[in-house]
Amino acid sequence: MQKDILSKEESLALYRKLILTRLAEEKIREEYFKDEMKTPVHLGIGGEAIPVGVCHCLPPRSKTFGTYRNHSLYLAMTEDTDGFFGELYGKVNGPGKGKAGSMHLSFPERDFIATSAVVGTTIPVAVGAALANAYRKSNDVVTVFFGDGAVEEGVFWESLNFACLKNLRVLFVCEDNGLAIHTPAKERQGFQSILETVKTFDCYVGGGQGHDLQGVIQSTHQVVKQMEDQPKPGFLHFTYYRFLEHVGPREDFDAGYRSRPTPDNLDGLDPVLCFERDLCQNGCKPSELSAIKKSVEEKIAKSVLTAQKTDFPSSEELYTDLFV
Amino acid sequence: MKSFMTFRESLSLAVAKEMEADPSVFVFGLDVPDHKRIFGSTKGLVEKFGLERCFGTPLSEDAMTGVALGAALSGLRPIHVHIRVDFMMLAMNQIVNMISNLRYMSGGKLTIPLVIRAVIGRGWGQSAQHSKSLQSFFAHIPGLKVVMPTTPQDAYSLLRTSIRDDNPVIFLEHRWLYDVEGEVDERKTIPLGNATVRRQGDAVTVVATSWMNVEALKAAEVLERRGIQLEVVDVRSITPLDEETIIQSVKKTRRCIVADYDWAFCGFSAELASLIHHRCFNDLKKPVERLGFAPVPCPTTRPLENLFYPSAVHIIRIVEQMLGLEKTDLSGESFYSYEHNFKGPF
Ligand SMILES: Cc1ncc(C[n+]2csc(CCOP(=O)(O)OP(=O)(O)O)c2C)c(N)n1
Ligand SMILES: [Mg+2]
Repeated sequence: MQKDILSKEESLALYRKLILTRLAEEKIREEYFKDEMKTPVHLGIGGEAIPVGVCHCLPPRSKTFGTYRNHSLYLAMTEDTDGFFGELYGKVNGPGKGKAGSMHLSFPERDFIATSAVVGTTIPVAVGAALANAYRKSNDVVTVFFGDGAVEEGVFWESLNFACLKNLRVLFVCEDNGLAIHTPAKERQGFQSILETVKTFDCYVGGGQGHDLQGVIQSTHQVVKQMEDQPKPGFLHFTYYRFLEHVGPREDFDAGYRSRPTPDNLDGLDPVLCFERDLCQNGCKPSELSAIKKSVEEKIAKSVLTAQKTDFPSSEELYTDLFV
Repeated sequence: MKSFMTFRESLSLAVAKEMEADPSVFVFGLDVPDHKRIFGSTKGLVEKFGLERCFGTPLSEDAMTGVALGAALSGLRPIHVHIRVDFMMLAMNQIVNMISNLRYMSGGKLTIPLVIRAVIGRGWGQSAQHSKSLQSFFAHIPGLKVVMPTTPQDAYSLLRTSIRDDNPVIFLEHRWLYDVEGEVDERKTIPLGNATVRRQGDAVTVVATSWMNVEALKAAEVLERRGIQLEVVDVRSITPLDEETIIQSVKKTRRCIVADYDWAFCGFSAELASLIHHRCFNDLKKPVERLGFAPVPCPTTRPLENLFYPSAVHIIRIVEQMLGLEKTDLSGESFYSYEHNFKGPF
């Protein structure tokens, strides 16, 4: 069976992940105003299908790196809502014991190695992890997610160059929302197209519309397959629409730097609605989807409650974990 | 002309005044002209001077710093802005290998009138990558001036002086100071290398940088009720350093705490402690005490973040130890907490 054609079972598992990332962030939006989650949140609403789809295609043991906009990636990699909310509430049950917060989520035991809030910083680190794989003659793939703004940093091009030079199995995933905070790409980039520019490097490329989960999966499969057959870096470029403000739980269409899309447009750009429509067209029943949704809602509610009840780290924790 | 304004307003006013006075002054950096205007500190500039003299950049700190240097040594006077000092780390090659060195290496032929503004310090759950100060880092490098204003007047006057200075100046602005209000006399000039005594006292000198002045004044207010008078000296610039004002104060009080807003190890507080021990050896009744960040990366979670940053309470406890006093009961005391005025997320 072709890997990119989804069985019903697979589709529903994917839906579960997709809706998990969406509902977890909707929950943050609801709870944030209570001022108990004291960590800046860069929500990924609109972009969830990219990490969910890419992670679906990654071979086992693929080390993964990301940015501060990492919630969907964290949940796609781990489905660990307890740790996720624990970390956002700054509690000891978070994977970083509350030291990390939203911007630095990671789960190294599950191959989600590190994220960073300094733009572009994890890109060369992923290349280093791919170098370690090549060094040990392992065929594992390393993946790194970053935004369109990161491409403007010299370190992106330096890393891409080195990875191509050394034929490393590193998959670069550019999540392109056309914005860096409030500044559109045309005010920042003196070139026509990221994808076309990257194509001049010796790597496999792919991409498309990031709200289309099936499309994301198809192009990721293609690139990963080529990387497995013959080692070289891969580069995936997915566009998506950022529904909310750069950081924080609100919309910001009245800020003046972009206008509110029409509801039709917005629906068309919503990865959850799009996938629900695809699923129903392929014979899934709405009741099946709502049952999944309900169980995910329960899982999230339980994790939030657990996080609220869990302790903050003790004062001694300030000094732990600095050195081995 | 005197008026009342916030620290953030005084910054944009200073830049506007210098841009009006000198067409070679321009301001640029990531997000400088967007609607949030670097927490309001570049407000009004793009309207007044247009995108040619007030513009945003790609995410390219290293290159943009080199661009600033190139423009500066070609006779312009750039002001490069970073919304967080942490992002300046990407530009350390240009700052430490080029900007600080070129005048010296050219035998004094090149002139680099460049200001790099950066926001420092505690925000709101900002964690390890958006929370540093790093004045000691910059001050370690010969060829850089390092300025840290505390009041709106100082921010205004020192920024104008920095823009007029023919040397590279790193200008560090604490995030929490942005809302502080105060009177600003537009004609008042303050030279770099000029510390000020914020409060007179005879018991202990607290030499403070940036936000630590706010904490030191709060500590002084609490201790005054016990009849203890702290003297608070705001250094205002790390390089050049006004040694005389500091030494004079310590010779008077004979006890000193350096309350720095940075890590203590190998830091500015160590530099000052050394200076004071050297120059006031026979006057000192106690060794100089130092206060700074906890020697770890800044944690996100609030209880640990509170422990990470130095505060008025730390100053009070050190003073009590130095003077052999019982601990003051601080239970009824209200200390500065940003919780009430600031709700994130940045
Ligand atoms: C090196 C660096 N420069 C500037 C910033 C401030 N900053 C945070 S996010 C951001 C925009 C990044 O845009 P993009 O890479 O497209 O990611 P997105 O936020 O759109 O997901 C900027 C400029 C930073 N965190 N790191
Ligand atoms: Mg972007």
